[in-house]
Amino acid sequence: MLGKTAGGLYWMFRYFERSENTARLVDAGFRMSLTRSASDQDEWMSVIQTTSIREAFEERHDEVNTATVTDFLLRDMTNPTSVMSIVEAARNNARLVRTALTREVWEAVNECWITLKDALARPVRDRELPATLALIRQQSALVRAALHGTMLRNEIYDFARIGTFLERADNTARILDVKYYVLLPSVMHVGSSLDNVQWETILRSVSAQRAYRWLNADDISARSIAEFLILDRRLPRSLAFCATKIVDNLQFLADDYGERHACHDAAEALVSRLRDNTVDAIFDIGLHEFIEQFIRDNNALGQQIEQDYRFNG
Amino acid sequence: MDRAGGFFDEMLGGGETARPPYSGFCDWLAGEETARLNKKSKEAETFFRRTGITFNVYGAEGANERLIPFDIVPRIISGREWARLSRGIEQRVRAINAFLYDIYHRQEILRSGRVPVDLIADNEAFLPKMIGVAPPGNVYTHIVGTDIVRTGEDEFYVLEDNARTPSGVSYMLENRETMLQMFPELFSKIRVQPVSDYPKNLRRSLAACAPERCDGKPVVAVLTPGIHNSAYFEHSFLADQMGAELVEGHDLRVVDGKIAMRTTRGYAPIDVLYRRVDDDFLDPLNFNPQSMLGVPGIMDVYRSGGITIANAPGTGIADDKAIYSYMPEIVEFYTGETAILKNVPTWRCSEQDSLDYVLEHLTELVVKEVHGSGGYGMLVGPAASKREVAAFREKLVAKPANYIAQPTLSLSTVPILTRKGLAPRHVDLRPFVMVSPRGINITPGGLTRVALKEGSLVVNSSQGGGTKDTWVLEE
Repeated sequence: MLGKTAGGLYWMFRYFERSENTARLVDAGFRMSLTRSASDQDEWMSVIQTTSIREAFEERHDEVNTATVTDFLLRDMTNPTSVMSIVEAARNNARLVRTALTREVWEAVNECWITLKDALARPVRDRELPATLALIRQQSALVRAALHGTMLRNEIYDFARIGTFLERADNTARILDVKYYVLLPSVMHVGSSLDNVQWETILRSVSAQRAYRWLNADDISARSIAEFLILDRRLPRSLAFCATKIVDNLQFLADDYGERHACHDAAEALVSRLRDNTVDAIFDIGLHEFIEQFIRDNNALGQQIEQDYRFNG
Repeated sequence: MDRAGGFFDEMLGGGETARPPYSGFCDWLAGEETARLNKKSKEAETFFRRTGITFNVYGAEGANERLIPFDIVPRIISGREWARLSRGIEQRVRAINAFLYDIYHRQEILRSGRVPVDLIADNEAFLPKMIGVAPPGNVYTHIVGTDIVRTGEDEFYVLEDNARTPSGVSYMLENRETMLQMFPELFSKIRVQPVSDYPKNLRRSLAACAPERCDGKPVVAVLTPGIHNSAYFEHSFLADQMGAELVEGHDLRVVDGKIAMRTTRGYAPIDVLYRRVDDDFLDPLNFNPQSMLGVPGIMDVYRSGGITIANAPGTGIADDKAIYSYMPEIVEFYTGETAILKNVPTWRCSEQDSLDYVLEHLTELVVKEVHGSGGYGMLVGPAASKREVAAFREKLVAKPANYIAQPTLSLSTVPILTRKGLAPRHVDLRPFVMVSPRGINITPGGLTRVALKEGSLVVNSSQGGGTKDTWVLEE
């Protein structure tokens, strides 16, 4: 398989994962802005921070509110990480790697692009926002479904999955990074409704509010939320789950090619740091420090994979 | 249906009833309602859009991916008509390959005086780097698209020999696929020769042209300029259908005297490269040094017999529009036979007498740039405004050798479906030919391009043309 094709697949699925995550973040932000009596500016600001585009946003908009943030995150083509920009980039990658995709996957990608281009052609009004966000998630789900349902479980699939989980781990880590202070033990707000709303937003941003409730009933605490999102291997968006999946898929490649690389060691180190850890130990070294280190390692792993499998020469 | 005055209509001929090749189709058509057909036509468009069968338009802003309009009325050719056409095409393609070999070796045809020496020596399409190089199997034009127009019951002309990198074959295949999906009942009633073997045959034909030193199964790859190229869809489509890798210049490099592609497991050698990149961009070390699309050093590997490049570099000299006018002589010189397919009479503006004639008759003629393609840079005299003619006259006088002129042909028509029913439109035909040491293979049919605008003679997709499925009937 061409190195370029492997890279194209990897990035294509990173992009799709990112667009879905952005939609989920906007959804959580929007809900906060509707349920809080105070100004919604802080909440939107933290959404902007999570996507690491604060400077670019401030160049485009003076005000932080539902209209400006959703516009910037969903449909602004000058923002390279807006949903529309990303979906277009993903489709360009799909065209690039067309020969590696089944017809079903390609058509799902193309359909996603056509549908969203139409849905995001004009600014999205508040009352259309929930439906539009649902549409973005649904289109992304259709692409994933086509991948699961029609692709051979071979190297092509492995690279697609590695991209998916690297991006997802990065995203969950960023949400935790921006919101870590909400999870820190604090004398202020403890047990207040503000905390509850904040925590729920975090869970909602990773589509885990129901799952959390199944497992914890009404026992909502910062510590157990952190544990859930970082260490719980049952949650498909937790750091531990994503890292394990990366290791699995890299192992399939190693079996297939009969060759291990530096990225295999790096991925296993990442997993073992999560597996051999407890939430207490993480709070002892500092949640913020732990998350920052994870984001750095996860990025480095991505670069190592690109190099080991010759994505760019 | 209205009939366009003075033109040969392939469905009706000169009469009121369908010509024999169309009779089965017309029987079926009589039972169909225009509204249903129009609905089907919309469905076809959705199908093309969803599948992503698009082409990119250079310079167009915003929506820069367009669909080539597809018309659902097929263009039908009888088995007997096709037999004659394919004999003529085969003869011509054989002659072109012999001509190319000769031109890059002993140049007998120049010595005999049949083709003037200047025409080759001063021609940009002639590649001195190919002199004395024998391509694997002595095949120059692995893929040819011969543009043919019809003006009457038995009147066929070759308009152009596309011997560089002819495109459009993906539309031939997808058009048929679309028709099969939309009107399966038609194909059970009417026996149409299949075209779907094209990718498999192309792969075989290319593999048969692999370099002599290649042992084992030849590795074939398609070289594309990238996703922004106007024909990118076709490049990826063909690679996909052939089961070949789709590569760009930056995926390739010279490794141990072979061209190799960068894979996830290191560099893997390629034996046959079906390139959809022009000669000039193929090798920055040997040709245009600015090119980012090619592979540095590929020409050296090629000359040493390490890779097959399809089509061979330098084939452009054979489809040059100035050479075109000598095709009847070329066919006769190399085959010893009279050309089966006619050439359109052509005035070479480099010759003073011809130039004088052309300047006097500009409003009646079609004037083309010698190296142009895609319908750009040409004048269709009868359709042009006074100002356009005047502007073109200046260009022509400034550089006469850059132009040739031809009479405006009365291109045949085939009906298209409009909202009000059928209406005749002008068409041409591009059959696709494969050449290998094993022989010449012509896919029955080809791409029919149709000028959608009433009265228009320009069928190019970049200028408002559409396409039709082309049927060659089983005899």
